[in-house]
Amino acid sequence: MADQLLQQVVNSLLIGSVYALVAIGLTLIWGVMNVLNFAHGDFLMIGMFISFWCYTLLKMDPLFSIPVCAAALFLLGAGIYRFIISKVMKGPGLAQLVVTFGVSIFLANLAVMLWTPDFRLIEKPLLSGTWSLGSVQLSIPKFVASVGSVVVSAAVLLFLKKTRTGKAILAVEMNRDAAQLMGINTEKINSLSFGLGSALVGIAGAFLSMYYYIYPQVGGLFGLISFCIVALGGFGSIEGAFIAGILIGLVQTLGGYFFDPAYKYALVFLVYLITVWIRPQGLMGS
Amino acid sequence: MGNLTRRNFVIGGGALALSPLIVPRAFAQAKTIKIGALYPLTGNLASTGLDNRRGVELAVEIINGKYDLNLPLARTEGIPGLGGAKLEVVWADTKGEPKNGQAEAERVVTQDHVVGIIGAYQSSVTKVASQATERLKVPYVCSDASSPTLTERGLKYFFRVSPHDGIFAHDQFRFLKDLEAQKKQKVQTVAVLYENTEFGSNVGKEDLRYAQEYGYKVVADISYTNNATDVTSEVGRLIKASPDVLLHASYITDAILFTKTFKEMGFNPKGMLTMAGYIEPGYLPAIKADGNFIIVRSTFALDLAKKKPLVGQVADLFKKKYGIEMSENAARSFMAPFVLAEAISRAKSTDAEAIVKALQGTNIPGDQVIYPWKGIQFDPKTQQNVHATGTLVQIQDQKYLTVWPFESAAADVVWPLPAWKSRK
Repeated sequence: MADQLLQQVVNSLLIGSVYALVAIGLTLIWGVMNVLNFAHGDFLMIGMFISFWCYTLLKMDPLFSIPVCAAALFLLGAGIYRFIISKVMKGPGLAQLVVTFGVSIFLANLAVMLWTPDFRLIEKPLLSGTWSLGSVQLSIPKFVASVGSVVVSAAVLLFLKKTRTGKAILAVEMNRDAAQLMGINTEKINSLSFGLGSALVGIAGAFLSMYYYIYPQVGGLFGLISFCIVALGGFGSIEGAFIAGILIGLVQTLGGYFFDPAYKYALVFLVYLITVWIRPQGLMGS
Repeated sequence: MGNLTRRNFVIGGGALALSPLIVPRAFAQAKTIKIGALYPLTGNLASTGLDNRRGVELAVEIINGKYDLNLPLARTEGIPGLGGAKLEVVWADTKGEPKNGQAEAERVVTQDHVVGIIGAYQSSVTKVASQATERLKVPYVCSDASSPTLTERGLKYFFRVSPHDGIFAHDQFRFLKDLEAQKKQKVQTVAVLYENTEFGSNVGKEDLRYAQEYGYKVVADISYTNNATDVTSEVGRLIKASPDVLLHASYITDAILFTKTFKEMGFNPKGMLTMAGYIEPGYLPAIKADGNFIIVRSTFALDLAKKKPLVGQVADLFKKKYGIEMSENAARSFMAPFVLAEAISRAKSTDAEAIVKALQGTNIPGDQVIYPWKGIQFDPKTQQNVHATGTLVQIQDQKYLTVWPFESAAADVVWPLPAWKSRK
């Protein structure tokens, strides 16, 4: 019993940290632009497919295709911002919502068309197998993905707090007009943040591709959960998204283990509802 | 014709060249019978839907063309009872969701005027779609959805060719008894694991019922949300319960994730008896050798060809057309067009009441089906095919081999299955 408890806590942390990385990309985009990117889950799917094709065509392990995924998703995100989102930024809020929704449907169906709806797995990633630590079975790819997610999240936070560009992003997030008056090119910051947010989900995709199956609709539930995490952590808060990601991982896994697996996602959304009821701004929101 | 100029020649030639396109088409339109096919062509189950579609397409080709096969309507062109009218399929995409199942069923009936419907693979979708067709009074022949409740509703227009999960669940327990009696294996406890939509939850119910009837102790009863991102808590519960046998009803996404998680967390029951997702064509290519030793319920296996040449002939046609092996899903969906078209042919009419009456009188002998059944005849009350039975196949060396009933087995069952750690 105690063994399984420890195992379940470990599992929660493993999935929670990956959730966190996916959600950080989303919260960054929201924080800077007030745009809810409904295509976020599909960006994750594209990241996973890029990693898969790097492996299949170029014999490149997912571990090494991380920079490729990050770069490709950065370009995709920045491009979609430049050519689509920025056009509707001046329009009503609903238009922005609908346009990212459209991008989401487009990407999922494009993936079906290009790569068929089949399921793929990266057969022999460099990292595979499990470590037996006492009674706990620790999946090596999941562990590396989890540690990687924490490292990348920390790096993003450092980038935002310590570099000029990072500070500019935070400034726009705080007050767009004031930042513009201070000479910050907000349009440039917008596409940069959109690209950066997308690159983060691309990295998460590369990590996930080491152990998760890949198919055109894979982003669905990940996307939904990351919305929940962003709201729970406080819209725009990187730290909040990280804590909320881990929290959701714990609720999902332990709730499923002790309560009933059929309701584990219901529990996740229940925790979210209770939090916004008590603290509408989210855990770390202001 | 004495004045044949070059220009007239060109015009005339052009018209002549076009005529085969125009004339037979108008002709064919008058003699085309439309049926609607509901499948998840996009969405989470798109890979499954594609497979169903292939099965149906091949069936319609055989019905419309002339093939030397011992299948209903194969040796004649089109539907003989209607002067060789051709069958045309109107495809409807359910996206795997019940709400679309109903809307699409209504669309093909009211807009395309189909005379019958087949599909829709998922039980939940089939359930609402067949309620719509019942209201619209259109015959529905299902050969791929397997929830027992579908034929327990007393619908007049709904017929099912394939076995339902009650039959499959029963088979699994009969297999366990046979295993104990003939192979001297001891089985005492089972764990029941199922996804929580129409399909899984009904299998769960049947499993629990038969476990009690056959005297096996249920040490875990776990339902879960399908398309999960992570199933470690479910597998944690299974490890704690430590059953002799796992009974799992799942669609493909969860089947892949569970198999990976079983391996990762080291869940080692003596046997795994599974349904649906584990036999979809996407499963083995994704999971490869980790799928070995899992036992799946099936209505079809390529090794049936040894005893039934028809299976081999159809499987060859399939492979020639699509370049892949015929899967269980394709094989299941394959039969519905034949049953529907054969009834239409006997009815000599596209009137719904006449087709229903003909379907009730269906009697297709066992040598004209590609499954190990005694034939197709519908129960007068439930309209379920009374001859539909299942088999169990085991994945051995990444191939599905029939292992039960023992007398028609193509391979010996591997039991207990080797622990994950001892596999290469």
